[in-house]
Amino acid sequence: MSDTIEERSTNKLEQVVIRFAGDSGDGMQLTGDRFTESSAMFGNDLATLPNFPAEIRAPAGTLAGVSAFQVHISDHDILTPGDAPSVLIAMNPAALRSELHDLTAGGTLIVNSDAFDERNLAKAGYSTNPLTDGSLSDYSVYEVPMTSITLEATKPTGARPRDAERSKNFFALGIVSWMYTRPVEDTVAWIEQRFAKNALVRDANLLAFKAGFNFGETAEIFPPAYRVLPAPLTKGNYTNISGNTALAWGLVAAGQLAKLPVFLASYPITPASDILHELSKHKNFGVRTMQAEDEIAAVGAALGASFGGHLGVTTTSGPGVDLKSETIGLAISMELPLLVIDIQRGGPSTGLPTKTEQADLLLAMYGRHGESPLPIVASKTPSDCFFAAIEAVRLAVKYRTPVILLSDGYLGNGTEPWRMPDVSQLPDISVPFASEPNGAEGEFLPYLRDPETLARPWAVPGTPGLEHRLGGIEKEDVSGNINYEPANHEHMVQLRAAKIAGIARDIPLVELDDPDGDAEVLVLGWGSTEGTIIAAVRRLRESGCKVAQAHLTHLNPFPSNLGDVLRRYPKILVPEMNLGQLSRLVRAEYLVDAKTYSKVQGLPFRIDELEAAIGALLDD
Amino acid sequence: MTDTAVPLTTKKDWSSDQEVRWCPGCGDYSILTAVQMLMPDLGVKRENTVFVSGIGCSSRFPYYMNTYGMHSIHGRAPAIASGLAVARPDLDVWVITGDGDGLSIGGNHLIHALRRNVNLTILLFNNQIYGLTKGQYSPTSEVGKITKSTPFGSVDRPFNPVSLALGAEATFVARTHDLDRKHMMETFRRAHDHRGGAFVEIYQNCNVFNDGAFDPILARDNRSDNLVPLVHGQPVRFGKEDQLGVTLDDQGRAQVVQVADVGEDALLVHDETRDDPGLAFQLSRLARGPFEPTPMGVFRAVERPDYGTAIGDQLVASHARQGPGDLQALLASGSTWTV
Repeated sequence: MSDTIEERSTNKLEQVVIRFAGDSGDGMQLTGDRFTESSAMFGNDLATLPNFPAEIRAPAGTLAGVSAFQVHISDHDILTPGDAPSVLIAMNPAALRSELHDLTAGGTLIVNSDAFDERNLAKAGYSTNPLTDGSLSDYSVYEVPMTSITLEATKPTGARPRDAERSKNFFALGIVSWMYTRPVEDTVAWIEQRFAKNALVRDANLLAFKAGFNFGETAEIFPPAYRVLPAPLTKGNYTNISGNTALAWGLVAAGQLAKLPVFLASYPITPASDILHELSKHKNFGVRTMQAEDEIAAVGAALGASFGGHLGVTTTSGPGVDLKSETIGLAISMELPLLVIDIQRGGPSTGLPTKTEQADLLLAMYGRHGESPLPIVASKTPSDCFFAAIEAVRLAVKYRTPVILLSDGYLGNGTEPWRMPDVSQLPDISVPFASEPNGAEGEFLPYLRDPETLARPWAVPGTPGLEHRLGGIEKEDVSGNINYEPANHEHMVQLRAAKIAGIARDIPLVELDDPDGDAEVLVLGWGSTEGTIIAAVRRLRESGCKVAQAHLTHLNPFPSNLGDVLRRYPKILVPEMNLGQLSRLVRAEYLVDAKTYSKVQGLPFRIDELEAAIGALLDD
Repeated sequence: MTDTAVPLTTKKDWSSDQEVRWCPGCGDYSILTAVQMLMPDLGVKRENTVFVSGIGCSSRFPYYMNTYGMHSIHGRAPAIASGLAVARPDLDVWVITGDGDGLSIGGNHLIHALRRNVNLTILLFNNQIYGLTKGQYSPTSEVGKITKSTPFGSVDRPFNPVSLALGAEATFVARTHDLDRKHMMETFRRAHDHRGGAFVEIYQNCNVFNDGAFDPILARDNRSDNLVPLVHGQPVRFGKEDQLGVTLDDQGRAQVVQVADVGEDALLVHDETRDDPGLAFQLSRLARGPFEPTPMGVFRAVERPDYGTAIGDQLVASHARQGPGDLQALLASGSTWTV
């Protein structure tokens, strides 16, 4: 354990993609997280892809219960969790069967051979043992009796075998930590802290982890350990962050920057609940959190808080957005700030709760009755969720409008190293509340608009002289009184639309990446596909293809130069994890022949898939 | 938001300039008058007062109050008002709802607002009918009600709003009616002064779609025998000559008795402060509907920490323990490294 990385004879690797797979109860997410964390501390660039079933504990040993965690570590800048693992750790036959098809040819396969008994093989649907029937001959297979060595190693703790066996994930982590020369001290300290309250478990995990590491070193069945050197990242202070944590912190930041107390009301829903959990911890920032009785109450409470001068936020996933639609419409009519965060998952209905998708764009755009436009912001990487939250809040408070922020399960649960910003450099996004009557006769006119932004005054209860009534019934322009006149309604519909459309003047232009300016194909993306699209475009350029690329973070309104950018290219490809929602919008808006490249498998795009799709369009 | 002396006001100060548009003869008028007359006596400021409503005839109420107000969407007023009351414990937040709005489409929000003890004063106008949609039966309509949507009579059983509120363990539960302004004002005052979730059911006549629904107990000639006043600390008795009273039978059920038969000492003494809502619940079950002797007044008034204050206390405690939030430190609160 005292070896330093320099002393060991190691093979250098530029990058590696490792997938841990086991039963839901095997602790694979924890193992993957821990390996990620120590790689981050070591200085690798990385990206992760957790993939787990919706069932908390599906029957042990079955395919339905397989939980996997993929991590891509690299000595250079990477953008995705990797297309396919070159190393697979399979804790049982079901994990092998479920994940093997992704392992690259010639890849490394480490299996817990103790788990390959008749019963587990049958549960996984194997009629013969793959470890002995020759079916794994394309891979470098390492059979390690992880369960029995773990039991032996943890004997000094006196733990009962059933409990001791549960430390086998740390044994696996030990092996992989040795294989990739990860520093062990961090993990030891982490285990000591994490399991401090249960000495038995702590000691068993420590012994198992060390046993795994030592097994790698002494068993002489593995090739010499590999090194993936630190990546030359931009200088600065880094942390490893998931999209949901970045989003929660972005909301804390946005509250400070907007000088408003954050009020989060949410109903638990996968994969958004982590944001509620995270924000619940930060009450010393003045953040109020409320676990509402349902999705409708959550958005209602957030809107009520906004009426009271707080930053009202609700977090959810697609099914929750369905339920919140009516209240979002009310916020549009009352013209109050409100932030609705949708961590998209596979739909329709319950769909794939733990899997990712981008199929709520049209829901965000049109999922309300009447003419009810609102701004839509989408985050593109886990760490970008921090900035996307601030941007969404900026628009909500400045224009007094609900804003929908679209993230997804891939971003929410995925992690990447993040060079933490200097918070003193973040922008002031505060807007003043109304404090004085604004009418010619000393009266308050709640719908008298700012001529530039078309936003109406935000007057909060407690302010004398500005008492007014809001509501969902159509209002008379300027006075805000109930009004059913035909011409007034049309005028108000137009005004609300113009207010949102005008935001195009206040958002960044879309950046076009076309090095020579003469590409034939433009790849247009939005949200979480950015990393994969850029990686695919890079590869094509390396092979001499001319491809342009642009990525949207504002989906409504679109950046004002988007039409000009699109019209420059005879061919446009829009890769989306839906059946073509953005391409439909840009076709309608700009009359361009945008083609869809679609994937709806609950999984992000792979680089090679996109590369092939773009290549096909180039050849077309 | 400054805390200066409350200026003297009159009913007129609390009335907005909007024309009141309920049907002539609607019971809502007398409720509005009672509230507007009460406000100057409450020692509160207009700017710190908010009326939030849902959808329905009664929910037009906020437009007529010269305070802050929100006419929201169907059934959601308790949820929206909860957010406001939690964010702004300094405000007086009133919820105006009806039997359809509060007990049908918004029933979930109502019971949870009461369960949490959010600092709200909730007035539920119960006319046992859908008025705004022109006459369908409501969740408080009696079984067999013939309406446009139930031409052969409704077959589902009604909610008893007071029982429901007590079941949700509301800390303040009362009933009043639109024909007795004094009783309304006194009940609303108590509800307002209660810290926490206060629920008031108001029997309200819809003279267009359900006229006379409460006549069996509220008509002049019927009141003495069918309206049971609840007075804290007093035996529950009523009748022209106080000849009737309420006791618990051997099954623990509230029942109407002749005082002469049981003796005064056997009568149930009303205690609105009882921790256990069981006895109040029995009183709420005394009548099977507003055609039998029906209690009016405060059923329950107990003290519990209110939800918004409890959340605010956690913020204060967290601030004291951890100090003010430091955003830069938050970003660096996980494992970090320097490149």
